[in-house]
Formats: sequence, structure tokens, C-alpha cells
Amino acid sequence: MKLTARTARAALTALPLAALALAGLAACAPQTSDNSAKSDDRSGTLRVWLFQEVSNGPKQQVVDKAVAAFEKAHKGADVQVEYIPVDTRAQKIKAAFNDPASAPDLIEYGNTDTAGYVKDGGLADVSAEFAAWPEAKDTDPTAKQSVTVGGKVYGAPLFVGVRALYYRTDVLKGLGLAVPRTQDELIATAKKVHRAKPDLYGLAVGGAYTYGALPFLWANGGELATENGGKYTSAIDSEASRKGVAAYTSLFGDTNCPAAKCAQMGGNATVTAFANGKAAMAIGGDFNHAAVEAGTVKGKYAVVPLPGIAPGSVAPAFAGGNNIGVLKSSSHRTLAVGLMEQLAGKATQRELFDAMGFLPTYTDVRAEVARKQPFVEPFVRSLAAGAKSVPVSPGWGQIDSSLVLPTMFQEIVSGKKDVAKASADAAKKMNDVFGAAG
Amino acid sequence: MSPATATRDAVRVPVAKPAPGRRSHRQGGWTPWLYLAPALAVLGALLVYPIYQLGLISFLEYTQAQVSGGEPTSFQGLGNYSALFSDSQFWSVLLATVVFAAACVLSTLAVGCALAVLLTRVRALPRLALMLAALGAWATPAITGSTVWMFLFDPDFGPVNRVLGLGDHSWTYGRYSAFLLVLLEVVWCSFPFVMVTVYAGIRAIPGEVLEAAALDGASQWRIWRSVMVPMLRPILTVVTIQSVIWDFKVFTQIYVMTNGGGIAGQNLVLNVYAYQKAFASSQYSLGSAIGVVMLLILLAATLVYLRVLRGRGEEL
Repeated sequence: MKLTARTARAALTALPLAALALAGLAACAPQTSDNSAKSDDRSGTLRVWLFQEVSNGPKQQVVDKAVAAFEKAHKGADVQVEYIPVDTRAQKIKAAFNDPASAPDLIEYGNTDTAGYVKDGGLADVSAEFAAWPEAKDTDPTAKQSVTVGGKVYGAPLFVGVRALYYRTDVLKGLGLAVPRTQDELIATAKKVHRAKPDLYGLAVGGAYTYGALPFLWANGGELATENGGKYTSAIDSEASRKGVAAYTSLFGDTNCPAAKCAQMGGNATVTAFANGKAAMAIGGDFNHAAVEAGTVKGKYAVVPLPGIAPGSVAPAFAGGNNIGVLKSSSHRTLAVGLMEQLAGKATQRELFDAMGFLPTYTDVRAEVARKQPFVEPFVRSLAAGAKSVPVSPGWGQIDSSLVLPTMFQEIVSGKKDVAKASADAAKKMNDVFGAAG
Repeated sequence: MSPATATRDAVRVPVAKPAPGRRSHRQGGWTPWLYLAPALAVLGALLVYPIYQLGLISFLEYTQAQVSGGEPTSFQGLGNYSALFSDSQFWSVLLATVVFAAACVLSTLAVGCALAVLLTRVRALPRLALMLAALGAWATPAITGSTVWMFLFDPDFGPVNRVLGLGDHSWTYGRYSAFLLVLLEVVWCSFPFVMVTVYAGIRAIPGEVLEAAALDGASQWRIWRSVMVPMLRPILTVVTIQSVIWDFKVFTQIYVMTNGGGIAGQNLVLNVYAYQKAFASSQYSLGSAIGVVMLLILLAATLVYLRVLRGRGEEL
């Protein structure tokens, strides 16, 4: 561009303006919010976010009852419950952390998110209240661990979810196959079924179904990560873990679950395949019971704990489930903790089981409901055999959402990498995150 | 979301460029600025400020913990960029993005121009039908188009497999077949823009010129190459730049059709990769760094292209 007198003058006048504008902008660093509580009001509005379940009506009735009891006991407290969609919960809860002014006082959250939310500075430490709460002593240790980070308690377990082996009684019987008692038998049975009935997946598996894959890893003595002084190191590439990964990925392919279809499937897709009669076996949760009952296989299936390595043993299941926690920014801390104890208390959990089938987190209540409802028996047995969870590291949320494990499984089943290479790469990615997250 | 969205509009803003000597120099230099002020204010608010924030965040450690106040925000210098450039996945995603965008641009231009010429050669009724079909594709939101496309190519229920007799072939399993599927959808929803613009350009070419060429015995291809293309060059430049920008930052089609980047991330392109980093795993600063890199690549590509044109003595 030729610099004429006119453009030069224009530039001269524009420069200070631009400088002024920049100076104004420089003051606006990216937003950071202050999540510390300012007060502890003993009355007023208490806002609660719970997850919106597929058929939410029964859950709402149980919650309404618990809330009514709470409001009766605490005059001046007004509880407002909002049900947030499960799909977008991560964004909503992040938004709540970002904007304490419009955040709720109490949230329901998935137990794998605990450490991440604590690091984000979103959840309040309720160790003292939890220790003083009489009902909490019956909380099963795995569930208690899912609300514990660094020795402090950040909420109360609401229910646990656990997966077991759903199988078609008619198919196995028709082919003269016994219910598998070991992992090797499970894999062999799956392949036999698929050979005899190519329309069916022997065992429906998914490349994106991490929680279905983890029991194979754990049964072989593998671990996701090992902890040493609060620092996690990935163990996904250890010899035992690789054996588990190899066992799970051996189920993909033309002998059981064709990779072109199964590599992309997640947990729900495998359960849907089973419910629609497209699979002879599937790894499903107690929370999937209703969906399977509603499918075409109703009355033609049974559930057993997922077999481990030794005959008759149980592969450690993933202990999923949700917790209820108080937000650090809550201005009604005492009330919120009280409501948390009401919602996650034994009475409410008992009713939630009756209404929704959610497994209670208290060992005594769980044993009691298992006597009432036989279908939960294999799930309770899986839990009792020792369920495990993901590393309690703030980095886990990021490892989970950046799909490190699904990527690893998909690389193996699509033949892009072998088990050793894929697991080494996954371990490196995990260690990068653990290193950054501390 | 992306700053490049604003860039797209910026390309279209005509720059007032009075021919030297035609206007009086006595009028102060203020008048053009006064007229430009509203546009500049809007651009400043909608373009400069977000880009400034994007650049700033890319130099910080800014994850969910910083946003919600769990940890203090710290300055990282070029840390995010060095993390990005040392990540081999970034380079493979970048390469895939460039190749995929180039293929999309070429296919879109080829289809768009061919149909534009066809439009000038057919009667009113077929022309109307073609126009309506193209406008329908253009008006379809990307997410709807992608979903319908997925249904058409569904391994179990899709009509395409049934017609072609492919059984339950999965189009999204292989890397190239998944990219091909997305390419088809991208071309389908972006050729109408090229077609309509080029058609309007051809209509503006004086009839005598084309007639003279035809009388001289030029073939249709020869007329296109030697008569229309030179006369349409400014229009072709605009549609090329726009297509480059659109196709380089394609998001919805990849995200929907390959379920967020395909098996083991084999179909990731930069924009989806940035989304996975920034929003799925809350590494906002790393996502911002990817955004800045994309912005610079697109700016560089556009500037080089304009520069080449200007070197040939042509103005946009």
C-alpha cells in the first residue's frame, strides 16, 4: 500500500484509538470465579440438581417425599429440585462451578467425577458431618471410597451401579452349552454361539465400552494405575493388564462380534443388542434390568456375576454409581448437608430401590432388598466379591473424556496397533495427564 | 465459537478504496473513517475481542480448575504451543485436515461450476427443478443433513447398502471410506453456494462474447476455460476462498457422522480436535492454541492467494 499523506494522517489518528482499545481489553483477563462460601443461612431457598432418569416419575415421587419431610423438620427452608439431563450434565455442572451466583446448593454427580470436581474447587469438604452421621457407618467401603479424595469426604453415596453377565437361557440350552464359569470358558462359549448362530453376537462387546472391559483387566491382575504417595502412574501397559486387554479384544472379530460393527459400540449399544435378541450374552448393569425386561428377550434370560480366572470366581466389577454433594459456594451449608443426609439416607435409598431399582450403598439395606427382589442377587454378589473403581485422581475425568481407553481398544480391534504398542501409547497419555493433574 | 466464523464475514466486507486522484484531497481524512465507524465497531466487538481472548487464553494454563477458581491461573508462555507441536497426533490431524479440505474444495468447485454451466444450457423447467433441489440442500442444517446421510448409509437399515447389495458393510469403519462419506455430505451441502454464485456470474457475461466464441467453433469446455474462467475470476476467487475457509473448519459433519472423530480418532480434523481438547476434556488453553494455529493458517492461505492474484495484476 502506498503511504499517502491522507492515509498517514488517518493512521496517526487511528493508532491512539487502537492503543486505547487495547488498554481497555488488557484489563479483561479470562474469567475466574470465586467459589468460597460467603455465609451459612439457616433459612431460605435451597436449590438441588438431580439427574433426569429415563423414566423419572418414580424418582421424583421419592424425592418429593424426602423433601417434604425435610421441609417439615426445617421451618423456613424452601427446597427447589431441578432435574438436569444426563447427557449435558458435565457442561451444566461446569457452568455451576463457573458462576456460583446461579449455582445450586446440592448436586447429584457420577462417582468417577469426584476427584475432578474436588480439584475444580466445586465440592465442599463434609468429612466432619459424614463422621458424625450415624447411618454412614453402614456405608460399604467401596461406596465410601467413591466420595473420598485425599482422606476427606466430599459427599454421600446415593446408589451404586454394578455390571454382571446377562445370558440367553434358551440359546445356551439349545446349543447344549453350560453357563461359563471362567473367563476362558466365557470367551470360548461366546465363539461357539456365534459359530452356531452367525446372526447372534456370542458376547456383545464394544470398543467404547470401558466399564465392560475393565473386569477383564482386573481379573487378570491388571490395574488402570497404581498410586504412590498421592501420585498415580498408569499400569495399563503392565504384563497383567495387557493379558486382560488381549482377552477382551479377542472377543472382537468375525468369530464373535465383528469389528466393523462392534468397534464403535458403547455400553448402551451392547445392552440394546442383547435386549433386541441380537446377542447371546452381554455385560449389563442392574440399572439395565428394566430395558432388558422391555425387550424381546423377556423371560428368556438370566444373570450371573461375570466369571473371573479361577473356576467359580467373580471378575472384579466396576463400581459405578452416583453421589450427592454440597457445593463449596453454597450459602446454606448446614441446611444443604442436612438435605444431603435426608436424600442419601437409608429410608430414601430403600424407596429409591423400590421405585427405580437403584442399589443402596448401605450393606445392610442392600442385603435387605436382595431378599425382596431376587434379580439383584447376582449384582449384590458381584459387589460383595470386591468391586473396583477408577483411580481417584483429578486427572481421571480428563482421561475418561479424552477417550484414552476406547481409543486403545479401537486401535487394537481395528488392527492399527498390537496390544503392546496400543497399551504403551495409552499409558503414556495417562501419565501425561496424571503428571499434569498431580 | 470459532474466530474463523467471523473471518468468513470479514472477507466479504468491501474495503473502500478510492482511485487516486479522483477525489478531492481537501476533504479531511475523517470522513471515510466516520462512514466505516459502525462496521469497525461491530467488527471490533465481534472479531477483535474474541480473538484477543483466544490468544490470551492460549498463553495461560486455563482448565476447569482455573475457571471455577480451584487453582490460580498461571502464565505459560508458549507452553501450550510447544505441547501441541510435540504431539504427533496434532500433526497427523493437521495433515488429514489439509488433505480433506483440499479434496472437499476441489470437489465442491467442480460440482458447483459444472452444474452452473448446466443451468445456463437447460430449459426453464429443469433449471427451476435443479435450483430448488440445490437450494433445498443448501437450506438443510448441517446436523440434519449429516443425520439423514448416516441413515442412508446405515449398515443395517440404510437404503444405499440395499441398493448396492453390500449387505451390512459399515461405511464408517475404514478411515478413507468414513472420510469419503463425510466428503460427499460436505459437497452436497456446499455446492449450491458455488453453483448459484457462478451461475449469476455467467449470466452477467455479455451474450455476444459467448456467441462469438461459439461461432468461432469453440467447444463448451474451451468456452469455459478460455472465456468464462478469465471473466469470472473474481467470483471464482471469492468462492474458492470461502470454500477453503468452510471446508478447513468443517465440524458438524465429522462430529455427527463419525461420532466425534471416528474409531480411535482416525477421522479427526482440527476443529473437532480443538473441541475435544477444549470442551470434552476442559483444556481450554490447549484448545485456544489450536484455534490460534487454525486462524493463522487460514489467514496465511487467504493472504497468499490474494497476493498471487494481485501479482497477476488482478484485483478482487
